[in-house]
Amino acid sequence: MTGLSIENLSMRFDLPDGGHVQALKDVSLHLKEGELLSVLGPSGCGKTTLLNIVAGFLAPTEGQIVMNGHTVQGPDAERGMVFQQGALFEWMSVRENVGFGPSMKGMPKLDKAEIVDHLLDIVGLQDFKEKAVYELSGGMQQRVSLARCLANDPDVILMDEPLGALDALTREKMQSLVLKLWKETGKTIILITHSVEEALLLGERLIVMAPRPGRIHKEYQLPFADMGVGQDLRDVKKHPEFAERREEILGMIWDMEEEIMGRTEAAQ
Amino acid sequence: MIPFLLYAGIFIGAFYIVRFIHHRTAIQDYTSLKTVTFGDESAVRSNRTASIISIVTIFFMWGTFTGSVLLPSFLHMPGPYVGDGQFEITVQAPDGTTDDATVFWRVSDTEDGVAPDAPEGDGAALNDSVLIRKYRSGQLRWDKNDATSRKDGALIVAINGQPVKFDHNRRDANDNIIDTKPEVQVENGTVTFTDKGALSISPSKGMQMEPIWLPPPEAVWYRFIEIASDGYQGSTLLEHLGYSLFRVIVGFFFGALVGIPLGYAMGLSDWFRGWFDPIVEFMRPVPPLALIPLVIIWAGIGEVGKIILLFLAALWIMAIAARSGVSGVSISKVHAAYSLGANKPQIMRHVIIPNSLPEIFTGARVAMGVCWGTVVAAELVAASQGTGMMIMVASKFQLTDIVIMGIILIGIIGFGIDMLMRWAERVLVPWKGKG
Ligand SMILES: Nc1ncnc2c1ncn2[C@@H]1O[C@H](COP(=O)(O)OP(=O)(O)OP(=O)(O)O)[C@@H](O)[C@H]1O
Ligand SMILES: [Mg+2]
Repeated sequence: MTGLSIENLSMRFDLPDGGHVQALKDVSLHLKEGELLSVLGPSGCGKTTLLNIVAGFLAPTEGQIVMNGHTVQGPDAERGMVFQQGALFEWMSVRENVGFGPSMKGMPKLDKAEIVDHLLDIVGLQDFKEKAVYELSGGMQQRVSLARCLANDPDVILMDEPLGALDALTREKMQSLVLKLWKETGKTIILITHSVEEALLLGERLIVMAPRPGRIHKEYQLPFADMGVGQDLRDVKKHPEFAERREEILGMIWDMEEEIMGRTEAAQ
Repeated sequence: MIPFLLYAGIFIGAFYIVRFIHHRTAIQDYTSLKTVTFGDESAVRSNRTASIISIVTIFFMWGTFTGSVLLPSFLHMPGPYVGDGQFEITVQAPDGTTDDATVFWRVSDTEDGVAPDAPEGDGAALNDSVLIRKYRSGQLRWDKNDATSRKDGALIVAINGQPVKFDHNRRDANDNIIDTKPEVQVENGTVTFTDKGALSISPSKGMQMEPIWLPPPEAVWYRFIEIASDGYQGSTLLEHLGYSLFRVIVGFFFGALVGIPLGYAMGLSDWFRGWFDPIVEFMRPVPPLALIPLVIIWAGIGEVGKIILLFLAALWIMAIAARSGVSGVSISKVHAAYSLGANKPQIMRHVIIPNSLPEIFTGARVAMGVCWGTVVAAELVAASQGTGMMIMVASKFQLTDIVIMGIILIGIIGFGIDMLMRWAERVLVPWKGKG
């Protein structure tokens, strides 16, 4: 079976004080190849935990991840990750960062240079090739992260709030870039975000998670990602269905946050 | 007190003068109008003019209080009195009769001065004459040429007409002198008595430091040239400095050679961490100087002992720096490398080591500084060559100029080492603090 299966995943963290946190409970999900899934949910509902398990950084207490027919045992180049920030190697130039994956595989220099050049063209950083990454702006650094991930040609790209630290305008441009890359490369993408608009714009499919224990609360199939490819994303936002969905999901998350607050207040 | 006030005065005066000049000449540009948050350290850049004036002031203070020839003499603090003086004493014979005599005194600058010629005078008390060396006080047995002497009970009852009451023969049960010693101001000096009733003349010393306490800058400079060419205590100056530097470099080298891998092992393996943590955490706060006695007992005062000491001084610092460099790597960088297909050795080589280099460089800078301080201290205690030994021996002979020269050289070299390490850091780990 192709694609990525998340099967009955549960994750429990044991705390040093003897207690434990049920970060995920019985989460199941199947992603077809080339699907773009966005994940929303209130803070602490286990989104990062889910992504870390898919990436192979964490072993789940129950359940498993099956990718293209084999069980995930640990991190692997087939599943690339784009972090929120601070995961670039500041001792390397932009070019070396993007070429990191191919270098590790021992790819010949010329092939590597070709891939790096191509990707830097796509993300528009050709002129900054030899710069140190700390000399770049936040948006540029995220483009380097994206290019670095793509250079490795993974089957699945995992993104944990990749645009969270950017200003509104840069963020919009990056959203278009993500959509464009998704369409052009046909990668399977899981995108975690806190922005409902971003989740709606980019997600072909969207899940809203609920906390304590972390689980899938609601799932949507959305038309906006396909509409948005190559289009002005602001036009997509004007679509009446877009506004309707946004209000619905915002209300849902709002209620969940209220409930969490209520519970913590009651506990005190 | 006076030097301090003078220094504070120069500090404040220079501030207002420079500000005044600055206001006259400066163009009010955007930066000069920029408001900075008070207390924002990065917003305060050091004022270059202030630094230059500060250095000049130190040399000025040094020169003015030592009567340096580098300064025109009107800038000198008043020096010790050199020249002649005289005062009257009134001697009372045991029978109650009094007679006046004049004391002529001369302060000479050189070894071979002669006492001033004094007319003999008349009466029971004859005139006296005494030679005093600069910065010293002179004693005068005023009765040596008189008709009556102290033994007979003759006393000085007035100096320059000012009555004094001091009889060294009046003792209490413990044989202590009962009278307090009067101090009489005469021109360019003070006169008092010794325990035996002789006169003690202290010419005014002025406000300059005696060279034996603080030689003037040029004396230090000449001594520097002399020792640079002739050497001191069997080694040339370069050899002394070279020995110290050699010990530091060798000790530091071995300290880093062992300390860095040890730190890495502690950062990567819980067994190593558990095993060495107690040792490292215990040894780190022990000042290397406290190890000197033990190292001397074990390894003697030769090169080996010193290098072991410096090795120990550098070892813990480097181990801790390497350890925190390794544990300081952000987990997302390691995760990123894993998901880009790197294996463990590759992550070590391409992520953990480069990520730890800034910490290691900081550690190396600290370790070099500590080693430099330690080597000087170790040489002060026991050595047959080295900068510390040079100044220690010089201090035993009161060769203050060598001591000061040594201190300045130690400072310059320590500063140079630090600058060199900073430069290496900028060139080799430009990403420091940019993560
Ligand atoms: N290593 C850990 N040890 C203990 N508890 C953990 C650990 N990692 C996560 N948790 C807990 O698991 C729950 C889910 O955390 P997670 O980081 O996945 O949330 P999230 O949905 O990503 O939140 P956010 O939107 O704020 O990033 C939280 O309650 C958190 O406290
Ligand atoms: Mg998270």
